[in-house]
Amino acid sequence: MRQVIDQGGTGSSRRSFCARQGWRLAALGIAAIVAAPLLLVFSGWLQPEGEVWRHLADTILGGLIVNTLLLLAGVGIGVLLLGVGLAWLTTLCEFPGRRFFEWALMLPLAVPAYVFAFVVLGVFDFSGPVQTFMREAFGADSGLPNVRSTGGVITVLVLVLYPYVYMLTRSAFLTQGRGTLEAARILGLGPWGAFFRVALPMARPAIVAGVSLALMETLADFGTVAVFNYDTFTTAIYKAWFGFFNLQAASQLASLLLLFVALGLIGESRLRGRARYHETSRTSQPARQPLPGYRAWLATATASLVFSFAFLLPLVQLLIWAWSVLAEDMDGRYLGLLGHTLMLGAIAALLTVSGALLLGLVRRRHPDRLTGSMVRVATLGYALPGSVLAVGVMLTFTGLDNFLNLLSRLIYGTSPGQILGGSLFALLMAYLVRFLAVAFGPIEGGLNRIRPSLAEAARTLGATPYQVLRRVYLPLLRPGLLTALLLVLVDVMKEMPATLLLRPFGWDTLAVRIYEMTSEGEWERAALPSVTLVLLGLLPVLLLVRRSGYGHSRGRKA
Amino acid sequence: MKRLIQTLMLITATTLAAPVVSAEQIVVYSARNEHLIKPVFDRYTQKTGVEIKYITDKEGPLLARLKAEGANTPADMLITVDAGNLWHAAQEGVLAPLESETLLANIPAHLRDPQKRWFGLSVRARTIVYSSERVNPGELSSYEDLADPKWRKRLCLRTSKKVYNQSLVAMMMERLGKEQAEEVVRGWVANLAVPPFSNDTKAMEAVLAGQCDVTIVNTYYFGRMQSKDPAIKLALYWPNQADSGVHVNVSGAGITRHAKHKQAAIDLLEWLSSTTAQEMFAGLNMEYPVNPEVETAPQVQAWGDFKGDDTNIAKAGELQTEAVMLMDRAGYR
Amino acid sequence: MDNLLELNDICCRYEQSNVVDGLTLHMAPGSLSCLLGPSGCGKTTALRAIAGFQPLCGGAIRLAGDLVSASDFSLPPEKRGLGMVFQDYALFPHLTVADNIGFGLGMDRRRPARTGRIATLLELVGLTGYGRRYPHELSGGQQQRVALARALAPEPRLLLLDEPFSNLDVDLRERLASDVRAILKHEGIAAVFVTHDQHEAFVMGEQIGVMNGGRLRQWDSAFNLYHEPADRFVADFVGQGRFLHGRLVEPEVVETPLGRIIGNRAYNWPKGCGVEVLLRPDDVLIDGDSEFRGRVVGRAFRGAETLYTLQMEQGG
Repeated sequence: MRQVIDQGGTGSSRRSFCARQGWRLAALGIAAIVAAPLLLVFSGWLQPEGEVWRHLADTILGGLIVNTLLLLAGVGIGVLLLGVGLAWLTTLCEFPGRRFFEWALMLPLAVPAYVFAFVVLGVFDFSGPVQTFMREAFGADSGLPNVRSTGGVITVLVLVLYPYVYMLTRSAFLTQGRGTLEAARILGLGPWGAFFRVALPMARPAIVAGVSLALMETLADFGTVAVFNYDTFTTAIYKAWFGFFNLQAASQLASLLLLFVALGLIGESRLRGRARYHETSRTSQPARQPLPGYRAWLATATASLVFSFAFLLPLVQLLIWAWSVLAEDMDGRYLGLLGHTLMLGAIAALLTVSGALLLGLVRRRHPDRLTGSMVRVATLGYALPGSVLAVGVMLTFTGLDNFLNLLSRLIYGTSPGQILGGSLFALLMAYLVRFLAVAFGPIEGGLNRIRPSLAEAARTLGATPYQVLRRVYLPLLRPGLLTALLLVLVDVMKEMPATLLLRPFGWDTLAVRIYEMTSEGEWERAALPSVTLVLLGLLPVLLLVRRSGYGHSRGRKA
Repeated sequence: MKRLIQTLMLITATTLAAPVVSAEQIVVYSARNEHLIKPVFDRYTQKTGVEIKYITDKEGPLLARLKAEGANTPADMLITVDAGNLWHAAQEGVLAPLESETLLANIPAHLRDPQKRWFGLSVRARTIVYSSERVNPGELSSYEDLADPKWRKRLCLRTSKKVYNQSLVAMMMERLGKEQAEEVVRGWVANLAVPPFSNDTKAMEAVLAGQCDVTIVNTYYFGRMQSKDPAIKLALYWPNQADSGVHVNVSGAGITRHAKHKQAAIDLLEWLSSTTAQEMFAGLNMEYPVNPEVETAPQVQAWGDFKGDDTNIAKAGELQTEAVMLMDRAGYR
Repeated sequence: MDNLLELNDICCRYEQSNVVDGLTLHMAPGSLSCLLGPSGCGKTTALRAIAGFQPLCGGAIRLAGDLVSASDFSLPPEKRGLGMVFQDYALFPHLTVADNIGFGLGMDRRRPARTGRIATLLELVGLTGYGRRYPHELSGGQQQRVALARALAPEPRLLLLDEPFSNLDVDLRERLASDVRAILKHEGIAAVFVTHDQHEAFVMGEQIGVMNGGRLRQWDSAFNLYHEPADRFVADFVGQGRFLHGRLVEPEVVETPLGRIIGNRAYNWPKGCGVEVLLRPDDVLIDGDSEFRGRVVGRAFRGAETLYTLQMEQGG
């Protein structure tokens, strides 16, 4: 008897160790994959680049920092107002067209920022059709504001990035249910008071997640600001790299950017403190407030305006441009571009979402500091300018290659040459590093809504951890997983710098084609791949839209 | 342990690794865009049966990759769209010097590396474009002259972040000296009608729309606009004909130090400098061939002959960093 | 070896403090035990340790003689063959009632044996016909029954119930408690359940452990807990009562302000030492001729009885 117990004991003990620590090791692995390029970026500091720094500090750095802060403030406020405001209108109010706008307002997500930027410039700049028409119609001074300005850049970024805030806030409002808002009303708050003091604070994690995604993208953006020739901190990074041929100094600058983001994220979580945001009971459809009279039409007008500018305008303009070059550019290779784009997007989305799911589950099982910081590191990749990140990933894999070659030379006497660098694997890892944060948000949100006792109940009913994942977590996480998958899919299809640098030979995508054309200033010829990208991005967004009614329309099934 | 490593390597090699490059291939890292190289490569493959694989990206990332890959690089050739980056690649030691009579014969000395590590393949002239409605060509003379107060609020420029402008200023520093070059750039900035544009086409559109009267662009951008609208109210002006000549840059190539198909790559490079290839290589983008034997395209010929700067273009790379710093000091964004 | 469950000196730690400290108890097969105590006393932690969710920092837990938990070892919960009913029921919102109950059966969904077992359990908990509903379409009491049925479905050797009735209203609570007890007895399943409510404990538990500060204060029958509390905490926590200061005058006689009380056993403490005497409400009889007079200062009507709080004139 004794022997039997011991055998069973040690065996199970090892298994349970693996079950517990193995997950964590896997999470550690993911964090390491993300951390390696980031560390390489920080390793730029090993070699002091005093001269470049002195020059930048003496000349342009101050202005760049001011520009960047202005941009952050503008975009932050803009996406907050637009994202939260529209989410509030479409979930808690009733106005003409509400059903349409509820999903239509997500569509701008499908428009790549750099594409939107060159469309806006093409249409609204001094030499564009709008100002030309105004000049011809009303004389020399059109009275329109200059689009190549801080305000112009902010507007463009806000219109492209607000859907993050809108989507996350909207689902937060939907899951809040009626109860808390009604409780607030009973306690004497008006509808506005209830919104500001209950609905808004409860949606705070979602709002913060959305706004920080938008701000990270703003910080990392180069394509959009370059179109406007608006100099931000990333400009200094690229100047150090391309202008001064100094990748070290560029890494140092990029690492400062990362540090800034990390501090911001830590600061936010400190501010949030120990308050908990679990939703309390089962969800019920929120009661929509019908807006009275002119206010309803005002809401419709606002939503239409945002929708037209952020989505219809670029779509129509791109279609017009694309039409003019359709005959010239539409050939068999186009299908190849399309295929590669979709395939890379799909594989990367699956991979990234699996990684994010793993991180989420491990953090749930081990709510300690170490795991917390692992997760934080793993979601930092989003804040790094694409090219810098791409080089970091590239350096990681060429470093690995060199090591493997050395090993092989020692063992076999020959070196196989390039193994991982230039492979699909390296590119997929780059996507993982960059978009883990995007996938992690919705998954973490979904996990937070699952009570821990559900997993425990499953365990006592004989389910192994793997079965718990398959039979409890995955079905319950379905909406979050789907959101994450589609967001990453859209983002990967739009991604440019990492795709350019790391794609294997022949793996050209639509984004690559857009780069090639825009870098030569051939906007019209960039329009065909751009509009294809927008339409491709539209499919997942529409799919998402059909599913995102989950909170209230799935009633029986949910 | 050995077996394990062997298996692991096999697995990585078969499932994840980049495709193994065979002998009948050349691998190119190119900063020149696909539509400007693919037709030429296709022709070569048709002629010789040698397959050419390439990836395109900006120079910076390509060079970083080439450097990091070191001896393991699959790349045989690096193509850029300016001399500065070739100079820098050579500085970094990723390009191999070549002994090729053909290349030396086909390419003028000032358009290739004195140490034979890279070679210009097409010439890009950066010149003045003016509004034919509002500017009398008699007003124009040189790049420096655009700093004159008479051009106040009449000048448009592309951003200083583009390497074409960095090369232009670098060559001006070589010609005029640092102080005077900085004076000129300051004069330009003072004359700007609107903040710099992100590309040459936008700058020309601004001239066309009346925001300003003159700008500095690469000729092929002008050519593209002219092709779309032959009656366009813009015209080219060749500056500095009395002295140094028009600023020229090259799109060029070099063979990598660790090329796996070195001879094949040299063959390709020599072919690219030959009369047959030159016509196509330059013609695809309305650039000027480097090979003096080759005639330019008719539309390009119509812009007239000009005297180009014959200072060795390697200077553009050498002075690029200083040129960027100078422009930062002068407030040229 | 006859014990179904043995906890030997177990301790559980949470953020550097011992939440359960040196807990030892033994349970026979088929018996119903209860852990009773105020919130934060460690009773739920102990239950979670038995289930395998809470690692031990010392001691051992054995199920039917097999070691399942020790400081360096923990058999995964799914291998312990236990059932558990959670305080929040933890019903799977994405599954129907029938699928919830069938979750632990792990058989092919269409196997007749499975459907048969589910039907049996639905009948057992009085929810026949509810199989196709979703949890959120049921009332609290119904959800509770589903949770019980789900836990019973795989025929566990021991059922753990964590505050199973705390989310229900009083009326339902008592009815369900005795229903559950009847079901468990009928099925012959042993159960440990945790509560802070002594009425529940008295209804359900054959053996009741009173816990406080992570320690087991008394492990006994309900009757003994009430009438023979092991220490002052148990006396206070279980049932109503007041303490009277007194002095031991004989091994079985205590002198109190209410006169001499003669007990049913002898205490070997030194004569004349101060003691405290627990006085339960039902120990007091109304006697109009008594020499003791009290003033009614509080009255609580409880239907069948009324509890009066008296202020003694002697100042006791």
